[in-house]
Amino acid sequence: MPSANPFAILFGKSPIKPMQEHMAVVAEAAGLLTPFFEAVIANDWAQADKVQQQIHGLENKADSLKKDLRLHLPKSLFLPVPRSDLLELLAGQDRIANRAKDIAGIMLGRKMKLPKALGDQMLAFVQAAVTTVEQSLKAINELDELLETGFAGRELDIVETMIGELDRLENQADEMEVAIRASLFELEAEMPPVDVMFLYKVIDWVGDVADRAQKVGSRLELLLAR
Amino acid sequence: MSVIAEYGQIFLVLACIFGLFMAWGVGANDVANAMGTSVGSKALTIKQAIIIAMVFEFLGAYLAGGAVTDTIRKGIIDPGMLADTPELLVYGMMAALLAAGTWLLAASILGWPVSTTHSIVGAIVGFAVAGIGMNAVNWGKVGTIAASWVVSPLLAGTIAFMLFRSVQRLILDTDNPLANAKKYVPVYMFFVGFLISMVTLLKGLKHVFKDSGFKLSFLESMGLSALIGLLVAGFGIYLLRQLKPVSEKESRFANVEQVFAILMIFTACSMAFAHGSNDVANAVGPMAAIVATVKTGAIGAKAAMPGWILLVGAIGIVIGLATYGHRVMATIGKKITHLTPSRGFAAELGAAGTVVLASGTGLPISTTHTLVGAVLGVGLARGIGALNLRVIGSIFMSWIVTLPAGALLAVVFFYFFKGLFS
Repeated sequence: MPSANPFAILFGKSPIKPMQEHMAVVAEAAGLLTPFFEAVIANDWAQADKVQQQIHGLENKADSLKKDLRLHLPKSLFLPVPRSDLLELLAGQDRIANRAKDIAGIMLGRKMKLPKALGDQMLAFVQAAVTTVEQSLKAINELDELLETGFAGRELDIVETMIGELDRLENQADEMEVAIRASLFELEAEMPPVDVMFLYKVIDWVGDVADRAQKVGSRLELLLAR
Repeated sequence: MSVIAEYGQIFLVLACIFGLFMAWGVGANDVANAMGTSVGSKALTIKQAIIIAMVFEFLGAYLAGGAVTDTIRKGIIDPGMLADTPELLVYGMMAALLAAGTWLLAASILGWPVSTTHSIVGAIVGFAVAGIGMNAVNWGKVGTIAASWVVSPLLAGTIAFMLFRSVQRLILDTDNPLANAKKYVPVYMFFVGFLISMVTLLKGLKHVFKDSGFKLSFLESMGLSALIGLLVAGFGIYLLRQLKPVSEKESRFANVEQVFAILMIFTACSMAFAHGSNDVANAVGPMAAIVATVKTGAIGAKAAMPGWILLVGAIGIVIGLATYGHRVMATIGKKITHLTPSRGFAAELGAAGTVVLASGTGLPISTTHTLVGAVLGVGLARGIGALNLRVIGSIFMSWIVTLPAGALLAVVFFYFFKGLFS
């Protein structure tokens, strides 16, 4: 069969769909942080272990999707957007899943208990971070529509609006982070110092999840800027 | 002279067989490329593509293939050099057909990209240089043909780029893409119908109705083409009415793409027509030269292009398509699935328009390369997810290999025939 037919090999594998698939897996991994924290707060470590396994599996899947996509983006491909921006965006997406894995890993490994008074506040904070990730997934899911219009015009405005919303959600998560640090500061005297250290770290990382979701939005903006 | 008198019948039969062989090669290789875009963007099933290809390749070859045939037959070689030895022309043209056909067959089996146009031009030049002399080749004409191989993809790319930009501006990048698609797509359909009829009326029909004295003035042709264009657009509007909305879960543009899929049925027809008008000549041009020489016993007077020769070529293409071309088409169709109808239409119309115009001027160009140029044009308008630029290199390689290969084979066959009959 004509494998070297010029017409058959003219078309490379489009990176757009795989980018969206990758982001969907990342968002799923980050979304599992909510049930994970619920299990931790309920002191159900068997359940927490199960959810952590799932997060880990999804993070692995995201990694292999990332590698696969990189292999399919050789320098000789002619893309509608700059290749470097696309790879940056991909790396940014991947960092969200990595951070979700870190959080679940350290909390399970140290069997970290949350102080009762912090439970609800923490859960709301995690939820805010997850919502931010979901918003960035929404923006990434516009990539195929963007390709359809040639990365121009009205579709750009739609994406800009989505990224505006993403920034708003990230700010919200930031404010919650400040509040939860203040709450922890009130409690830290009665807690084992090492636990407090690690709890600050976890709070920091949950904030990171939202932060990295926002960065995906900014990278998408860079990709679209001409 | 005596040779021709003696073996005239055999020459005619051989010419037909070799012409069929070459046409089969065209049908097996090239048509799949011409139709692959429609199959890849799911505007047509393979079965539908083959039926459209058969009908419109045939029509294109028969109605508009005459001008290119003349170039292949008389433009490349200076027939004056062969006035005393007409049998050499017969050997040469038979050798060229056989060489190009063999080369196409080998390339299909090995899976190399080749252009039917390049192989036949290479073969004719090869036998002329080796068998007659450097002066027998009309180098100016060959230069023009070679230049058109570079110019035609550029032109097709430009047309496709502008078409796709117009689609972006008028349809995709608007508040209501679907309504605008339904509004403007018939205009593109009119354009397709107009273009095809215009070229057919101006250039093709003079070969078909040579004897009946049927002639239209330029204005009459314009009017008739516009009428046909309107009919085509009307039929298109009827088809658009039949569309059922699909779910837009996957993409907000799913319904818009559906409208373009209908348009692609029309551009696929035009692509097949254009391909038939251009590439069938590769097979029947040399055949016509042999037939004319045998019939008149001499080279010289402008021989009429018998309709039956175009018919043989058209039949050969259809056979090639039916026996082998559909497999190639399936392969290509699978490879280019993310060419959406809105892109595929721009590429096809850009390529078909260029080929049809070139056929009108009588220049044999490579349909595949034109189509590649058109696709790159759409890519430049940021319309395609990923394009493999290494292909440009492989195309240049195919030129570099095909021309001397065709020439060499032609020389071998030429001396074989010369030894056999003289």
